[in-house]
Amino acid sequence: MKIFKERNNVSMALLLLILGFTLLTTGCKQQQASDQTTQDEASAIVLATTTSTEQTGLLDAIIPVFTSETGIEVKVVAVGSGQALTMGETGEADVLLVHAKSSEEEFVEKGFGIERYDVMYNDFILVGPKDEEALPEECKADIVGALKYIQENKITFISRGDDSGTHKKELSIWKTAGIEPSGDWYISAGKGMGEVLQMADEKKAYTLSDRGTFLSMEDSLELSIAVEKASDLLNQYGVIAVNPEKNPNVHLEEAQKFVDWILSEKTQKLIGEFGVEKYGQALFVPNAKA
Amino acid sequence: MGYIINGFKEAFVLLFSGDTEMIRIILLSLFVSGTGTIFAAIIGVPLGLCLGIKRFPLKRFFGSVVYTAMGFPPVVIGLLVAIFLSRKGPFGRYELLFTPQAMMIAQFLLVLPIITGILFGSAKDKGQQVLELGHTLGANRRESLKLLIHELNSSVLLAVMTAFGRAISEVGAVMLVGGNIKGSTRVMTTFIAMNNSMGAYERSIAMAIVLLTISLLINGIVHHLNGGRNYVD
Repeated sequence: MKIFKERNNVSMALLLLILGFTLLTTGCKQQQASDQTTQDEASAIVLATTTSTEQTGLLDAIIPVFTSETGIEVKVVAVGSGQALTMGETGEADVLLVHAKSSEEEFVEKGFGIERYDVMYNDFILVGPKDEEALPEECKADIVGALKYIQENKITFISRGDDSGTHKKELSIWKTAGIEPSGDWYISAGKGMGEVLQMADEKKAYTLSDRGTFLSMEDSLELSIAVEKASDLLNQYGVIAVNPEKNPNVHLEEAQKFVDWILSEKTQKLIGEFGVEKYGQALFVPNAKA
Repeated sequence: MGYIINGFKEAFVLLFSGDTEMIRIILLSLFVSGTGTIFAAIIGVPLGLCLGIKRFPLKRFFGSVVYTAMGFPPVVIGLLVAIFLSRKGPFGRYELLFTPQAMMIAQFLLVLPIITGILFGSAKDKGQQVLELGHTLGANRRESLKLLIHELNSSVLLAVMTAFGRAISEVGAVMLVGGNIKGSTRVMTTFIAMNNSMGAYERSIAMAIVLLTISLLINGIVHHLNGGRNYVD
């Protein structure tokens, strides 16, 4: 009988645990409307996006407007574009805001996404240490030339290395230059834009960044823009609602509302105004096709 | 050097201005880690005590298993929880990934072996005496367990405090299962990591001061319990 008694103890504890979790879940539900357990009445969607949209503060500035208009909470998960697309493929996210156009189009073609729309763009810049005039003058607007110079002189370069949109862009430029970057001078960080900029700052290295994240952190960095406004440095962001055909769990209706909202004239105007006050220039240029 | 001093200055301004976002994050941290620890205690305390005092085959082996599990890398626990809770996973339909509950589950699993292990150890060392005493006084099993908990109450407190300290200072698992979502799953540790990566040093320093204070308090209590093991009633 001893054993039975002991079992009793454990099962009592288990029962308490289950009870507790249930209470907790309901408690949390009242506490924040963001937790839902049923599929048909979603009050929250997961937005998988890039580190740049979050770290610049853009989403913090515009998403509350969406929530107050629709009552839909948006859970922003900031990862690289590559991981965001993967989250769309596995149905972990309901809507994506990313910047890797060819991968995005592939994503829609494979049936993971409903449709891809242009939302906004900014541009990529090559940043490097302030105090060292390492790059020759003729590279100022020639990103391919600049990377060639960096490789030839084995100047430390930090790559995002996280399959993000910025990383994909960087790889495509190396490809254009006909270089397989490798060696001690080429550091693959596997981190978000903010961390990589800091790393470049610490190591006095060069890195490719989107302009927005760089501007939002410029004050805490000893870096300056080395190459900008080259023709192949455009950075286009797209929005895609995840297709429920592949993942029945995703909330298409709410995701579609988000897509429509971010493409609407009002929101586009908000995007275009973001950053003007703080940085003296907009961080993103809205370009949704009305 | 200037930015560090500035960081501290601004940090104190932030701390005493009662920034609502920071306060919410601190409360959420305490709530998530506290809940995870309480549930782990509900299971771990009786489990550790029962198995500590019982003689059963493979007891030594069980001990090694629990002690090994105490060193389970938090980030791996986070990964496992994330896999199970993701929409594609076995518990996908509850949509728990990126919620505070997911963080509680991860922390619960993280600290359960810690609580169980500490109590298993102390019950193994002292349990037998207590039980014999209980037996002489004519206590049944449940009363004996009560007596044991009462006698080992400082060990229980030590285990729970240690667990809570581990839970609240953990960053890898909560980042994976919670996702550091503003206003929903952003806790102290992920807040510090994020602000540091954004170059907002004063905010990360401010939060680090809070976390450090909490951790040191807990560690101080744990140390005190560990050192002053006289059973005060």
